[in-house]
Amino acid sequence: MKISREDVLKVAALANLELTAEEVEMYRGQLDDILTYIDKLNEIDASAIEPMAQVAAASGNESTLREDAVVRAEVAAEVLRGAPDPAPPYFRVPRVIEK
Amino acid sequence: MTAPATWTIPAIRSALAAKKVSARELVQDFYARIERRNRELNIFLALSPERAYAQAAKMDAAIARGDALPSLAGVPLAVKDVISTHGIPTTCGSRILEGYQPPYDATAVTRLEHAGAIVLGKTNCDEFAMGSSTENSAYGPVGNPAAPGHVPGGSSGGSSAAVAADLAVVALGTDTGGSIRQPGSFCGVPALNPSYGRVSRYGLIAYASSLDRIGPFAHTVRDIAAVMSVIAGRDPMDSTAAAAPVPDYTAALDKPLAGMRIGIPDDYFAEGIDSGVREKVEAGIRLLEKLGCCRVSLRMPHTEYAVGAYYIIATAEASSNLARYDGVRYGKRAPGTTLIEMYQKTRGRGFGAEVKRRIVLGTYVLSAGYYDAYYLKGQKVRSLIARDFREAFEKADVVVTPTSPVPPFRLGERTSNPLQMYLADIYTVTGSLAGVPGISVPTGKTAEGLPVGLQIYGPAFGEERVLQLAHAFEQAGGASL
Repeated sequence: MKISREDVLKVAALANLELTAEEVEMYRGQLDDILTYIDKLNEIDASAIEPMAQVAAASGNESTLREDAVVRAEVAAEVLRGAPDPAPPYFRVPRVIEK
Repeated sequence: MTAPATWTIPAIRSALAAKKVSARELVQDFYARIERRNRELNIFLALSPERAYAQAAKMDAAIARGDALPSLAGVPLAVKDVISTHGIPTTCGSRILEGYQPPYDATAVTRLEHAGAIVLGKTNCDEFAMGSSTENSAYGPVGNPAAPGHVPGGSSGGSSAAVAADLAVVALGTDTGGSIRQPGSFCGVPALNPSYGRVSRYGLIAYASSLDRIGPFAHTVRDIAAVMSVIAGRDPMDSTAAAAPVPDYTAALDKPLAGMRIGIPDDYFAEGIDSGVREKVEAGIRLLEKLGCCRVSLRMPHTEYAVGAYYIIATAEASSNLARYDGVRYGKRAPGTTLIEMYQKTRGRGFGAEVKRRIVLGTYVLSAGYYDAYYLKGQKVRSLIARDFREAFEKADVVVTPTSPVPPFRLGERTSNPLQMYLADIYTVTGSLAGVPGISVPTGKTAEGLPVGLQIYGPAFGEERVLQLAHAFEQAGGASL
């Protein structure tokens, strides 16, 4: 067994994810299967291989960066209208700092 | 006029020019079709009639004035629900974004509308594009119009089904590990995953940023080429959209094929492939040979490691990208007495099972002590898979494979075993990791009548060659093998 109940709880806390007791048990078993399968990668000696984080701009001769110019977006009111608890011009959240 | 069931872009163009139909009538007809079929198929999550009729009126006015029509004038379009549309609900198939209306349009949508296309609405998909069957949508599964009782594939199952059911003429999907090509294969329609960087992703709601791409579904390869000519190219709003010039993709379609070298990797026909799929893909390869292509046998030896590498990298990136759904700026919030409790409850209740599974896995592979063993290892294996493709394209002009090892499966048949579902992505995740373009084209049906797809991979930014071969295959009757 690669994954314990505590591992799942620790990761769920890192990800700010509330899980039910049933979910913790289900994910523990499923992650165990998936990570056991992923161990297949250890058949490869990749010690001398460079990691690939991104597809290199294959056509990448020209820069795709635009000029760094200020453009007004004017969407603040519309964005706030879609928020669960807006208090224009702010987003309201539960109290963070104790009195 | 009596409208054909299946419209193509050139057919719409000539019907509009000859005033046999108006753009408004087309929109009315497509909404009537949607009205008739959507309850059963669950393809559309939101419709945008106001915007569609306004665009149709613009096209009809241009026709009345005798103006030159843009390339996609009056073409009914469906858009996957992970692609932002201003003022049209965009949920990503998730409860956490229920009711969310983006304040802007994705660049691909802007460009298609500028070219005259008409946005009919948003299509159902696996939640945040995570899945291979569209059964992970919070809004219920989608039916496969080409195989009743079966899944349409995923995650862009709503978009592929919309085209297959004639509820749209073209559709946009997104592909991270196969989510355009596999549903194209399952629904029996052509579907292109362009090169990484070929189409702007501005307005695409991110799942795994080093893999995500936008691409089209259509009835014909020619229509796919026409859409690509519009959506491809540089975008000041997306620094990953390459500056490489955009060719006229339709002009490349009729170039002669003779002597094109088609690479067939033995590794894609190993254990695990369904016999009906194998038979149809081999028939497809024989048809390509008959068209003058030369078959070249290849090895792509790291193929068997692709699913493992993919699920490390994709879930790691997903765990980071989905951190933004915290109940503060958009979507749903679950009440909590502290900020952290509010985050945890919002995310725990707002996300579905597959999304949570991937966040947990992705957070795990990135966490202290496991980064080197999993994430870094996954990235190194990704290098090897990209190398397999580079070496293949030294020996062959394209690589031809099955799109999926299995034909469409029954609704509910595979939901209990996530690993089994992941393993079926084997032939598509390779190209996703390497960044190369791949198209799925129909290559007949199994003895049970289930659609099979043939996949054609080209080198990065080699869309013209991929489309040219796919078009020749289609013209030679590939779909009815």
